[in-house]
Amino acid sequence: MQLASIQFKRRAVEALADERLQSTMKRFGSGFADKRSAARAAFGVVAFEELRTASASIRDRAIENLDGWLLRFEAEATRRGTTVLWAEDADEACRHVLEICSRHGLRKAIKSKSMLSEEAGLNEVLAAAGVQPVETDLGEYILQLADEPPSHIIAPAIHKDLAQVSDLFEKHHAKPRTDDITRLTHEARDMLRPHFLSADLGISGANFLVAETGSVAIVTNEGNGRMVTTLPRVHVAITGIEKVIPTLEDLSTLNRILPRSATGQDIENYFSILTGPKRAGDADGPEHMYVVLVNNGRTRFIGGDLQEMLRCIRCGACMNHCPVFQTVGGHAYGWVYPGPMGSVLTPVYKGLENALDLPQAATLCGACEVACPVKIPLPGLLRTLREQQVERNLRPWTERAALRIWAALALRPRLYALATGVAVRVLHWMGGKRGSIARLPFDPGWTQGRDFPAPQGRTFRTLYAEYQRASHWRRA
Amino acid sequence: MIRTMRVGLLVTCLVDLVRPRIGIAAVKLLEEAGCEVVVPESQTCCGQPGWNSGDRRSARALAQKLIEEFEPCEYVVAPSGSCAGMVKLHFAELFPGEGAWLERAERLAQKTYELTDFLVNVAGIARVPGEYSGSVTYHDSCSGLRELGVKRQPRALLAKMAGVQLKEMKDAETCCGFGGTFSVKFGEISAAMAQAKCERVRESGAGAVVLGDLGCMLNIEGKLRRMGDDQTLVLHVAEVLTWER
Repeated sequence: MQLASIQFKRRAVEALADERLQSTMKRFGSGFADKRSAARAAFGVVAFEELRTASASIRDRAIENLDGWLLRFEAEATRRGTTVLWAEDADEACRHVLEICSRHGLRKAIKSKSMLSEEAGLNEVLAAAGVQPVETDLGEYILQLADEPPSHIIAPAIHKDLAQVSDLFEKHHAKPRTDDITRLTHEARDMLRPHFLSADLGISGANFLVAETGSVAIVTNEGNGRMVTTLPRVHVAITGIEKVIPTLEDLSTLNRILPRSATGQDIENYFSILTGPKRAGDADGPEHMYVVLVNNGRTRFIGGDLQEMLRCIRCGACMNHCPVFQTVGGHAYGWVYPGPMGSVLTPVYKGLENALDLPQAATLCGACEVACPVKIPLPGLLRTLREQQVERNLRPWTERAALRIWAALALRPRLYALATGVAVRVLHWMGGKRGSIARLPFDPGWTQGRDFPAPQGRTFRTLYAEYQRASHWRRA
Repeated sequence: MIRTMRVGLLVTCLVDLVRPRIGIAAVKLLEEAGCEVVVPESQTCCGQPGWNSGDRRSARALAQKLIEEFEPCEYVVAPSGSCAGMVKLHFAELFPGEGAWLERAERLAQKTYELTDFLVNVAGIARVPGEYSGSVTYHDSCSGLRELGVKRQPRALLAKMAGVQLKEMKDAETCCGFGGTFSVKFGEISAAMAQAKCERVRESGAGAVVLGDLGCMLNIEGKLRRMGDDQTLVLHVAEVLTWER
């Protein structure tokens, strides 16, 4: 996927001006967050918080010994007939998949949701090599028709409204237009069924990799994941190396928190544990199973100040709870991962200098941190990235100067009192009778969309001196 | 004999410069709660702008200054969740592995409180001195709420006022879009978030939105006025609690 994170601000402003997107985002609103909150209450708030703590520590245990668990996964998966391939970056991952295609003579790939595939731009690579990729998750299918990237990691087409989907289906399905949701989903099903039956390759991601059994665990709500991983001759799971967890017991813990955090469900509609290809006597399953383990920047987190980010289980709770995401939508972030998690991942994966706005594009309100099922301190990580930007001189000189002048003043109380005393008098005067300033001088952005309430005109120091004199007289 | 608590008031720069009457209100409330209030005169800013902008050096220098100024106090109280949160949670992060300074930062953190939290949970204030009549809705500022657990405290204090009718708004815990320097770096996004908050405030039907942090206050008031709403009052909880008819 093309990286456009450097234009976050421009894209965000465009999103704000897009009335259709704004009304779609408003409808989306706090839907997922409300459902999570209800699921948490039903689970028991105290128990849920314990579950978060347990989940975070499972993920830490996996990450702290990542190489060990990955080798264990490779050994166990290989023992059960799966071929495990390693990829340093997106290109190598794509090359592995292409080699698999040519080895087995594969022509059509049905896909269930995989964010790693978005990272790698796998669809474009497959199409260029003459292998037809077909997205089978309904949201991803809609976006494939629209030729757009996802705007949310679990609800990829959340930025599209009903009429837009109807338009797309009418254009691509050559069927009479309908605005009926049930009929639209049936239509998609009818279009996808022949692909399910004719594809020779199934490509999935992985929600978790279980080291002790060499299994790939996948959760979906539409059942397409199950078809993708069992119907075609060959199944390839393509996934980031951080997805590994030690045991099935860990999987059971994490799968309690994942659906509740993501969509507020107690359990997903479909939950598959895939361990090796079809064995003699099995009713179904692929003849060949591959797992492509991709680094693509993940090891950069190891041993650094941002390592906690690798705990992420891709539930989307951080964006569901992020007021900035809800205001501008996912596309503004300019790469695969939007919202708070994307604002940490993108600068590390793609370079801090290529995503300058992302660590800044947060109010540090903390809503993501309290919602995160694995307790990633997202605001703290964003702050750390801001420090790295300052250390690497990546902030504009005006900002650095403003901060330095402020600090220099604040360190000199007398000068500070003098300067601020004048400033508040001037601003008070500017506020006029209404006490509201419509345009501030040298203002980079406050008064475009709101007034600045005028200061009272005197500082606390002055008022307090009067107050003390008055209380002295009262007492006397 | 009840010992008097010696409380240092961390005025905060925004109160000092923009709404000093809130500082006076805080002094009155602390005195009402039986505290002896001291106001270190050389205090300026807690260093939050630098800290949140990645300028660790300036944040560290201002933190040292504040620690020196407030160390003699038995308690430190701020009429702001974000400034209290800065001292309580983040000062220690500015001195990693620095024995003496780290210890001083941690000691100060232990005795630092947000104003309503202090009044309810430490001072156990019996009555509030103000008289306010009207309906209010409460905006939970992010740092106070999520860093310090300030939620019940201001409501408990408002409940002591016979004339106050609390009308909760939807999404009271959602950020108003201020976010410090975010508000100027991303003015358009910030203003759009403020607009959503102001719509919730107005839907509540309350005559005033009450809150505990200056940044949110300026943001919400500025947006309401720009929307042409000159009626809805935007008040710090300390102002309401000391309101004189």
